[in-house]
Amino acid sequence: MPRPASRPAGLKPPPKHAPQRLHTTADLRTLQRLMTHVLVRPLTDDDRLQPKWIDGRPMAQVAAEFIKPNDRLTSFERLELYNRMYWFRIIDSVYEDNPGLRALLGERRFARLVRAYLAKYPSRSFTMRNLCARLGQFIREEPRWAAPRTAAALALARFEWARTVAFDGEARPVMTPNDIADAPPARLRLGLQPYLSLLAVDYPVDDYTLAVKERDALRGEASHAVEHGPRRATRHKIPPFRRRPIHVAVHRYRNRLFYKRLEAPAFRMLEAIQAGRTLVQAVAAAGRGVTAEQVRDWFATWMELGWFCARPARPKNPRK
Amino acid sequence: MPANRFNGHTDYGIGLGLRVPHYAHILEKKPVVDWFEIISENFMVDGGRPLEVLDQILEQYQVVQHGVSMYFGSADKPDRAHLKKLKTLVRRTKTPWLSDHLCWGSVDGTFTHDLLPMPYTFAAAKRTAEKIRQVRDYLEVPICVENVSSYAEFHASEMTEWEFLGEVVERADCGILLDVNNIYVSSKNHDFNPYDYLNHVPHDRVGQIHVAGHTKFEKYILDTHDHPVLDPVWKLYAHATKRCGVTATLLEWDDRIPSFDEVHDEALKANAYIGGARAAKKRAAVTAS
Repeated sequence: MPRPASRPAGLKPPPKHAPQRLHTTADLRTLQRLMTHVLVRPLTDDDRLQPKWIDGRPMAQVAAEFIKPNDRLTSFERLELYNRMYWFRIIDSVYEDNPGLRALLGERRFARLVRAYLAKYPSRSFTMRNLCARLGQFIREEPRWAAPRTAAALALARFEWARTVAFDGEARPVMTPNDIADAPPARLRLGLQPYLSLLAVDYPVDDYTLAVKERDALRGEASHAVEHGPRRATRHKIPPFRRRPIHVAVHRYRNRLFYKRLEAPAFRMLEAIQAGRTLVQAVAAAGRGVTAEQVRDWFATWMELGWFCARPARPKNPRK
Repeated sequence: MPANRFNGHTDYGIGLGLRVPHYAHILEKKPVVDWFEIISENFMVDGGRPLEVLDQILEQYQVVQHGVSMYFGSADKPDRAHLKKLKTLVRRTKTPWLSDHLCWGSVDGTFTHDLLPMPYTFAAAKRTAEKIRQVRDYLEVPICVENVSSYAEFHASEMTEWEFLGEVVERADCGILLDVNNIYVSSKNHDFNPYDYLNHVPHDRVGQIHVAGHTKFEKYILDTHDHPVLDPVWKLYAHATKRCGVTATLLEWDDRIPSFDEVHDEALKANAYIGGARAAKKRAAVTAS
């Protein structure tokens, strides 16, 4: 099994030794930095605290420098409790947020990917909601963890993060037809809701994720069923995840999650709007062959779904 | 202290933690509950279903915010963006007080999402109290800090946990969310008498009490919040209410969550343990009149 990266992103290097006394905030920070490095250190293959520290010393020796033992647990064992709880907690969170990716890779490969990801990118947010924000980036950087299904895994990771964003991302006041009735299309620039993600992916991630959800629901029902008799529900199979490029919008409507397939020209038009192009430019981006009627229909649907909002104000340039 | 400056002079009774599996039941059946405690971080979001549910709950119930990520004991400065989000939520809920833990859990901007024990030193107490004051001044709401359960102690500690708690809250002039289950769990893990702890905390600063279930292992106890409250914890609770008065009490049940009614029934068991404190309150009222 390949080893994950040893240096977690964002953490400063650990001190060589724990401070013996804590007189200052700097001493406190040193102790906390050391303990954090211990906690985020990947578990061994059998889910234990690694027996060696980063500098090669026995972990038991390092632990004894700053953690008291008691008559039942050594310093090492006490730290190990925290090390294990840290990993189990964050792994659980990533499992919950990525049912599709987990189904694609299978439990073992998914577990390896998640552990390698979190070893490299420990949480930089106060909420575990953001744990998977860089999972797609990690799969691009270290494709071996998802190989040979790297492209499919990347598509699912992006899609499942988009679901998180759609669930509780920011909603700005919706633009109505009246708001834009008098604006000339050649100058009109709209914004798209921050909770809306536009994805061009090489796999039908929406269908796959729904199939996984259905399978899991049936499994749940089967596990609640009477003990006797055949468990037909558990035989429910997920269809093969074959390459088929799609364009999909992940959004919410009345606070429920939805996935909406888009035709390629409609997708290009939305992308152009999102990039700050004028309405005329966005229609042009849709490409030749798109009729005025099509554009009107798309636009009416997107308006109804509340996808349009005012563009956020540009940040002021402090040098001006 | 049923109502004091640390709980916004409220006199809340027995509350429950608001948890996702109970949303539908609560919104549909509207059960009678004294108050709900919400985990602040679950609602420090920019939109969507969580805030819709919260607003519906706020229409019907008293809500108090409880946080898990302020990390008063972390050496890092409070994060402005985090505080801003929290203040937005405080304005939405109008929480009469806000609680978070006397612990640390992040350093250099990396988060462990755990409630890690403090080294019980004077320097750490000073730093922690400074941060509590900063946060309270920014949020403009009374703050209660909660004692955590722990599984490790530091060589660097200079005092007991309850001395540290007292040192911090006196310096910060803040309240205490007294978690009697955490006291019990830590007392078993660190071999101290939980009644010593209860007898030594500044009782007049207790603004709220937590009770919860835990899990025993061969060599330690874990604070799992996945069981009913055990008898020794209820006994500690009864002792705490005698010392502190009948105080706003909250049952935490966070894992393997049973039906709403089962959790509510478990919380209401607290009524059976506060008879002594209620009698003392009546005697005090008669004497005063």
